[in-house]
Amino acid sequence: MAPSQAAPKRGREDVQVKPERVRSVEKAKAAPIAAFSKDDEIRAFESMLLIRRFEEKAGQLYGMGQIGGFCHLYIGQEAVVVGLQMAMKPGDQVITGYRDHGHMLATGMDPKGVMAELTGRRSGYSHGKGGSMHMFSKEKSFYGGHGIVGAMVPIGTGLAFANKYRGNENVALTYFGDGAANQGQVYESFNMAKLWDLPVVYVIENNQYGMGTSVKRASATTELWRRGASFDIPGEPVDGMDVRAVKAAGDMALEHARSGKGPFIMEMLTYRYRGHSMSDPAKYRAREEVQKMRDERDPIEQVRHRLEEKGWATEDRLKDIDKEIRRVVNEAAEFAQADPEPDPSELWTDIYAAS
Amino acid sequence: MPTQVLMPALSPTMEEGKLAKWVVKEGDPIKAGDVIAEIETDKATMEVEAIDDGTLGKILVSEGTEGVKVNTPIAVILGEGEDAAAADSSPPAQKKTNGASIASEAKTATEDLDDESGESEAGNRAPSAMAAAAKGTPRDAQPEVPEGTEMVEMTVREALRDAMAEEMRRDGDVFVMGEEVAEYQGAYKVTQGLLDEFGPRRVIDTPITEHGFAGLGVGAAFAGLKPIVEFMTWNFAMQAMDQIINSAAKTLYMAGGQMGCPIVFRGPNGAAARVAAQHSQDYAAWYSQVPGLKVIQPHSAADAKGLLKAAIRDPNPIIFLENEILYGQSFAVPKLDDFVLPIGKAKIARVGKDVTIVSFGIGMTYALKAAEALAGEGIEAEVIDLRTIRPLDMDTVIGSVKKTNRCVTVEEGWPQSSVGSHISAELMSKAFDFLDAPVLNVTGKDVPMPYAANLEKLALPSVKEVVEAAKSVGYSN
Repeated sequence: MAPSQAAPKRGREDVQVKPERVRSVEKAKAAPIAAFSKDDEIRAFESMLLIRRFEEKAGQLYGMGQIGGFCHLYIGQEAVVVGLQMAMKPGDQVITGYRDHGHMLATGMDPKGVMAELTGRRSGYSHGKGGSMHMFSKEKSFYGGHGIVGAMVPIGTGLAFANKYRGNENVALTYFGDGAANQGQVYESFNMAKLWDLPVVYVIENNQYGMGTSVKRASATTELWRRGASFDIPGEPVDGMDVRAVKAAGDMALEHARSGKGPFIMEMLTYRYRGHSMSDPAKYRAREEVQKMRDERDPIEQVRHRLEEKGWATEDRLKDIDKEIRRVVNEAAEFAQADPEPDPSELWTDIYAAS
Repeated sequence: MPTQVLMPALSPTMEEGKLAKWVVKEGDPIKAGDVIAEIETDKATMEVEAIDDGTLGKILVSEGTEGVKVNTPIAVILGEGEDAAAADSSPPAQKKTNGASIASEAKTATEDLDDESGESEAGNRAPSAMAAAAKGTPRDAQPEVPEGTEMVEMTVREALRDAMAEEMRRDGDVFVMGEEVAEYQGAYKVTQGLLDEFGPRRVIDTPITEHGFAGLGVGAAFAGLKPIVEFMTWNFAMQAMDQIINSAAKTLYMAGGQMGCPIVFRGPNGAAARVAAQHSQDYAAWYSQVPGLKVIQPHSAADAKGLLKAAIRDPNPIIFLENEILYGQSFAVPKLDDFVLPIGKAKIARVGKDVTIVSFGIGMTYALKAAEALAGEGIEAEVIDLRTIRPLDMDTVIGSVKKTNRCVTVEEGWPQSSVGSHISAELMSKAFDFLDAPVLNVTGKDVPMPYAANLEKLALPSVKEVVEAAKSVGYSN
């Protein structure tokens, strides 16, 4: 479809996350669904399931009062970070907002360290001083974990600036949500990224709701992949529930940025099953809408189905994987509850770096 | 009647400039709108246009003359039927060129800083303590340069530029970005020449999008580069406040020490002259409240250079507050290969025993002049230049107050929650027994900065107010 043609409005009754929406726009060519090998499928299944089980556990711990404050779960969106992680090369950076647990696990950060940060303990990635929304790992090139809507977009653009300044081959994956897509600083960043052809891929995780406001109630135009048009940044909508579609689109977008053509925008059409945060009563959408998505489009079930259909994994094998992942997550949860709180002296550390 | 063409001002703070070129010669016919000359300051170049028809009768200031004061007659234009002789004999009617009206107003505002002390030597006011130190006078208590070091006169603007250039030569990760920093050579010419030396990879013109480029700088710093982000003025940085505070200042802490932000945000802060409320705010107190930031506001060229070099090397986010009026002022700067000053160390700019006057940045102009005036009345004021607002060197302030038992603070910012009010509270809790009088704060008035020349003058602190406050705490009114 040409960009000038009207597209169906998405919203409560019409959540468009079907593969047929994947199409070429502007300079971008439609990426075909990636052909996944058995190993790819298994890897995707394991990675997504780890995030799913981790987040379920985090939800439980929150309910038990072990995790405080804000806690934004990633359940339903797992295919986005896992598919893109499969497309990345070592040294590519990742930065995102506050719904960040999935991104951290996908980059290979230790579930124990992430969970211990959620419980505010000393072995957490930020020694308990950051919490759910503020974690970082230089080792895994994960640059946060940012609590202010949209703030990670200029910062991610700056990571890309550093790549170009240093002349390395890396790309900065800058994730933000459909809510942040209306922030002014996003467009300031788009402008500079294209002006200087910075190696950045903007990943808009459109989970259909900015907190409790649906995209169509917040955005004058709902095809967020077109938001770079006035900067001549190509964009592409992607079925964010299909890890193969994400991987294929990621390959193309990363190659675009890596080859010096500048930024690329991917709109990941995805869905969060849980509330915006733990305190979300979810009055803004019907229970049936969520259930339908779970039943028909779940990213993990899609992979499970293919694995079984192709005879690449038996039901028992997949159960064993689930069991192993549950063990890892339970261990992280136990660790995160047993780990001591930070020493009171930590109150006064890490305010300034030693000159 | 022959009319005079006067040296115009190019900016609200210009006091003098160079007559770079005459485009016309004596005897040439001139139409209104014709370019007749080019003038230059260290900040900008501008063409002078004729505003009347006539003939260029006489050139009064020859091409290449430097230091031509604003409003000096530079040429005479003859009307129809007049000849050059008329230009010499008849008293010419005053005629202003474009911009000349701005010039006269700017002069009013900048002269206000001088008039109470009787000094009005434009461009080289307020002989600094650094200069005094260089000459070995007894006024300076803490010489920071080796004895016998050669001192060179240089403007604050040049000192800042040299500091950046030296650090960019030293470290390839240092780069400067901001609006008009490259091809325009800096809105206030602070980055003059950097593009030529370091090229467009490291001297980067940005779009006018403070929020975006401040955040981009933060990201580059997270990735290990050392950006110098210039704000054309700090007033515009309010658009970038979230990135400065939430992203730059807090990340090291939120990351448990894993990821810091080695960045310098710099630019002119506070009132310039006649630019009204939205362009005249002093942010020293605002930023000084934020843990994770270091806040520097130098007065002299030497401090500007030594502290900017230190700021660029520091692994933390630095707020470096400059001042447009100080940019053009000259001070003695030590001629050393690598002159770096410690951040967080105040300077005793003038030794005294009767009252301590604490200030920083442009506030030092009032403080030093007040001290001079007080000396004439037998009151010896000790003047402390904080130089760094955060971390605040209270030890030096308390040490002085233990000696003088009296304290006055001076700043151009607003009174509530000011730097001065914080110092007052610190002195009350840490040096109460040494105080013989309540600490007084001389500040800008609690109003948005007005435009009118007389109101602007009233809104800013004055030397007179500082003198009165010093006498008041000494009960010698």
